[in-house]
Amino acid sequence: MTFWERNQLKLAPFLFLAPAILIFLIYVIYPIIDSIWVSFHEWNGMDKNGIRGNGNPNWSWVGLKNYIILFTDDEEFYVSLFNNIRWLLFSLVAIPIGLLLALFVNQRILGMRYIKSLFYFPFVINAVVIGVIFTWFYNPKYGALTYVLSLFGLDPIPVLADENLATYGIIIASFFPGIAYTMILYITGLTGVNREMVEAGRIDGASGFTMLWHVILPQLKPATLIAVVVTIVGSLRSFDLIAVMTAGGPWGSSEVLAYKMYQESLFNYRMGYGAAIATILFLIMDIYIAWFLYRLFKNEKSEK
Amino acid sequence: MKKLITLVFLFTSTVVSAGTLVVNSNQSGESSKAAFDAYVDAFRAAHPEVTVVVNEFEHEAYKTAIRNFLTAEAPDVAIWFAGNRMKFFVDQNLFQDVSDVWADAGLNDSMASTKGALTVDGKQFGVPWGYYQWGVYYRKDLFDNLGLNVPRNWEEFKWVCAMLKKNDITPITIGTKFLWTAGGWFDYLNLRINGYKFHMDLTAGKISYEDPRLDAVFDHWRELIDPGYFLEDHASFSWQDAQAPQINGEAAMYLIGNFYVPTLESAGVVDKMDFFQFPTIYKGVGVAEDAPTDTMHIPSGAKNVEDAKKFLAFMSNAEAATNWAKMAGMLSPNKNADKPENRFSVMGAKMLAAADDIAQFWDRDANPDMASASMEGFQEFMVKPDREDKIRSRLEKERERIHGSL
Repeated sequence: MTFWERNQLKLAPFLFLAPAILIFLIYVIYPIIDSIWVSFHEWNGMDKNGIRGNGNPNWSWVGLKNYIILFTDDEEFYVSLFNNIRWLLFSLVAIPIGLLLALFVNQRILGMRYIKSLFYFPFVINAVVIGVIFTWFYNPKYGALTYVLSLFGLDPIPVLADENLATYGIIIASFFPGIAYTMILYITGLTGVNREMVEAGRIDGASGFTMLWHVILPQLKPATLIAVVVTIVGSLRSFDLIAVMTAGGPWGSSEVLAYKMYQESLFNYRMGYGAAIATILFLIMDIYIAWFLYRLFKNEKSEK
Repeated sequence: MKKLITLVFLFTSTVVSAGTLVVNSNQSGESSKAAFDAYVDAFRAAHPEVTVVVNEFEHEAYKTAIRNFLTAEAPDVAIWFAGNRMKFFVDQNLFQDVSDVWADAGLNDSMASTKGALTVDGKQFGVPWGYYQWGVYYRKDLFDNLGLNVPRNWEEFKWVCAMLKKNDITPITIGTKFLWTAGGWFDYLNLRINGYKFHMDLTAGKISYEDPRLDAVFDHWRELIDPGYFLEDHASFSWQDAQAPQINGEAAMYLIGNFYVPTLESAGVVDKMDFFQFPTIYKGVGVAEDAPTDTMHIPSGAKNVEDAKKFLAFMSNAEAATNWAKMAGMLSPNKNADKPENRFSVMGAKMLAAADDIAQFWDRDANPDMASASMEGFQEFMVKPDREDKIRSRLEKERERIHGSL
């Protein structure tokens, strides 16, 4: 027997996995390690052996300097971090609204299919388009919000130009696709709800909110878990809506870490500093991904 | 197989042969593209031995792409901007010295007005193809209704604003969402109060943002901010959004570049519009204007330098220079070019010819990270003027990080 014939069964899975692993290593793992490496340097993104106008080299080792500046000498970093936390907390509001919509469209009424697809529509639209629509909506001179407020005799609110409101304005825009996404998760979850349990609950006298809370929701737990994790990861990566709606403004007050990273590395030629922000963002996301995997494995174990 | 090898050989040999000129262009708008194509066609007709290949990039994407292609796969000619934006690549040794083109093609004479913006340490690193003026575009009909004249100095300017405001017209429209429009106001106030030399030292990081000479700039700015002369909620609006109040006749003046004119034409209000130079503030301060200059350069990694120099030198051809600038809505820096016909361009050309100095614009003169931090500060000042001290100390900290302590 040749070596191949003896070990075919053991080797085959690895051979099949090899292309995917290779691509994953090149396009995901390597850039992560490289970013962390860059974050310990000062680099303007140009030729690493070159010299800057002020005589310093383009690429030089600075150790933890980028992180030290970030934590001790950059007010905008804390503004961004705080905004990320606001995003994290408030974007979760999309989940119960998505659940309510899912319960609403999960009825057998004529034409419900079309209504379902209408509610799902925002998720299919490009985020840039949503950003533009909401920017018009908030426009304090000609926007729909201003018109509605004027019906009640109220003055226009310049949502996106107010340092305290801008972030909330963008989060509300992010609900538009976010609610649609959680709704779809819950609709698929609802199709898997055990009818016998619902019947049993009904016989025991449960209805309305009790039924939802004690019978339906526990069965939707997997859907809720995915909705929470996807929403949180989405909120940490939030970038496109911010770029379109406020460009981080007014005066940087609606920036988040992802936007600041883009701004510092691509516009301000501070690759090392941008990489340090990326590394911090990566660590924050890791906490959630670790929690997600932990829950996932625990669930699988308990099912076995 | 042999055929294939010959084909490959033929293909590669045409790519590297001396007759092919690769030009990377950011002229992606409809009219800018047509204007650039006209120049390329004229060049082809004059130099049939050169095959020109144009790689067109989207205008904004080009700004990040250029850093990659200059180091990785350099074209023979790249379009770019004068001032600090050019100097950044000159410092990196990514643009070639083209002083010989200036001398041989007589550009030292015909392009004298913009020579300074292309010069680093006495050498020229590019050739300009177009520039445009900044100034105040105003509704002449609104001025006439109220019997207002064009303001010549700061007192008259404030009086005009006060009269407009009294009649429920927003005196000045502006959209600061993308920040640079606020940079235009700072440019003009500082140029009129402290002059060109001071302004250039400031953009070069040689002057503190807490310098007492800048107090007057912020004080004058406040004289317009406190009475509410600027469009309300301007931080919500892009520069395009801010056009609407003026086009609707609700706002009277707009400090902006000449690229505004095509919008005025398509909105059908161009007949009601006129233009004036930013008013004098202190007598005795030389008159400097913002006139951003768009340019062509030869990257250090260019393969076909000989033809690239021909392409740059072709700007000495007055007809080609005229057409490119005119079709793109700009002024030609070539003094032999035909005089512009559009009245705004005529006024601009006259104003720039009489100017003592030409600045490039805040975010083209200043270092990129200093420009973005400072324009954020200017926007904040325009909304929360009471934070002036805090903003200026923040900017000074940023300046110190970038340029070192004084």
